[in-house]
Amino acid sequence: MSLKRKDLLGIQDMSVEEITLVLETAESFKEVSGRDIKKVPTLRGKTVVNLFFEPSTRTRTSFELAAKRLSADVINFAVSASSVSKGETLLDTARNIEAMQADFIVLRHPMAGAPNILAKLLRASIVNAGDGGHEHPTQALLDLYTLREKKREFKGLRLAIVGDIAHSRVARSNIYALTKLGAEVRVIGPPTMMPLEVERLGVKVFYDLDEGLRGVDVIMMLRLQLERQGIALFPSIREYSRLYCLTPERVKLAAPDALVMHPGPINRGVEIAPEVADSVSSVILDQVTNGVAVRMAVLYLLSGGK
Amino acid sequence: MDVKKAERTVMDAQEINRALTRVAHEISERSRGVANVALVGIRSGGVHLANRLVARLKEIEGTTVPVGTLDITLYRDDLNARKEQPVLRKTEIPFDITDLKIILVDDVLFTGRTIRAAMDGLMDLGRPAEIQLAVLVDRGHRQLPIKATYVGKNLPTALEETVEVFLDETGGPDRVAILS
Repeated sequence: MSLKRKDLLGIQDMSVEEITLVLETAESFKEVSGRDIKKVPTLRGKTVVNLFFEPSTRTRTSFELAAKRLSADVINFAVSASSVSKGETLLDTARNIEAMQADFIVLRHPMAGAPNILAKLLRASIVNAGDGGHEHPTQALLDLYTLREKKREFKGLRLAIVGDIAHSRVARSNIYALTKLGAEVRVIGPPTMMPLEVERLGVKVFYDLDEGLRGVDVIMMLRLQLERQGIALFPSIREYSRLYCLTPERVKLAAPDALVMHPGPINRGVEIAPEVADSVSSVILDQVTNGVAVRMAVLYLLSGGK
Repeated sequence: MDVKKAERTVMDAQEINRALTRVAHEISERSRGVANVALVGIRSGGVHLANRLVARLKEIEGTTVPVGTLDITLYRDDLNARKEQPVLRKTEIPFDITDLKIILVDDVLFTGRTIRAAMDGLMDLGRPAEIQLAVLVDRGHRQLPIKATYVGKNLPTALEETVEVFLDETGGPDRVAILS
């Protein structure tokens, strides 16, 4: 069984069966990552190009490790050093990469929908590694994997996603995924960071953190995108932190065995207190470990979908 | 068009039983006991056979040898040629294989390609002292220079025939059949 698709562009159009297939396949790859020899010959001779138009360390490294553990060859296309700064369009860049017989292009781009355009025009499999404020499907899949590992069931699981919901592709992909799987999703953040009519995605909106956290099984924190704070969404970081920082006292409002997640990189003391980030309920580093296994699963499953 | 194939039983439950008992005896004889011996069943046909051999060896030698399961999907040589990716299952070998005598167990030995993949998979997990191969049925038509150490039954077949092993554990009843 394969994902019957060439590309992974978003969670929105994935079925529950497809999501489950990725998660189950990732279990085998987690075992591979736990070995002394962390490499299998599965994608020998295939080429994966990481094409990143936005800075990223974690996601790029994770994809790179995933590809290398499958024996694929990996090229990292660093945008600042590339011909993009000489005026080349995205499509021309991608066509040049494809002309070098790339089998996968892992794309991160500031514009929503950029991977969809490449997917339509290229033969290579396109994996969306984050497109603007749209989707970040592999992040959602690794979050799901981590949740499944710790909580077993999605049905009836109560989750709160906290932070800048409007600008977060992580939030969007997770909302699509978790509502499909039957979880109860709350979104918490200041009104200026709440997308219009977000309720239509099937979530409950809270503007007060303490109220929203009550009784939840999982707290998913989002990074406050400090680099975006030229846009005045709240008066000061201090005020944001006072109202929306996840402190140990606030964690106590959630269910006793609640998990704390964060896609990283974390801003200690801004959206999450250091004591919480380092506490036993935090699964932030599990998320990173699982990310490699999930991305291996995605590359493996897409390589059969042509 | 899915025509139901004619089925001819070539081994019944009792014959399978006797063959496994003999293979178990051969294993203990060849290794003079079962010290440092471990069994690894190849998914999916070899898993239950490996467990049955473990039970037989326990009766003969009085010790339970370690047993694991190997999924060879990631080591297949036809991943590029297939339309669909095969479903990946877990490799579960809960012991260090280094310096052990590993006996790979599979139901049917055919082209030898599965065994090649299994040996490559094993080598990535450690450095066994020795790898042996036990199969319930050897149907010939090898495409690689691979030979079983223990064979339940040598079964001459035509290339276009299919050999199917049914076991109680997977719905059974126990039998080996040729479909043509």
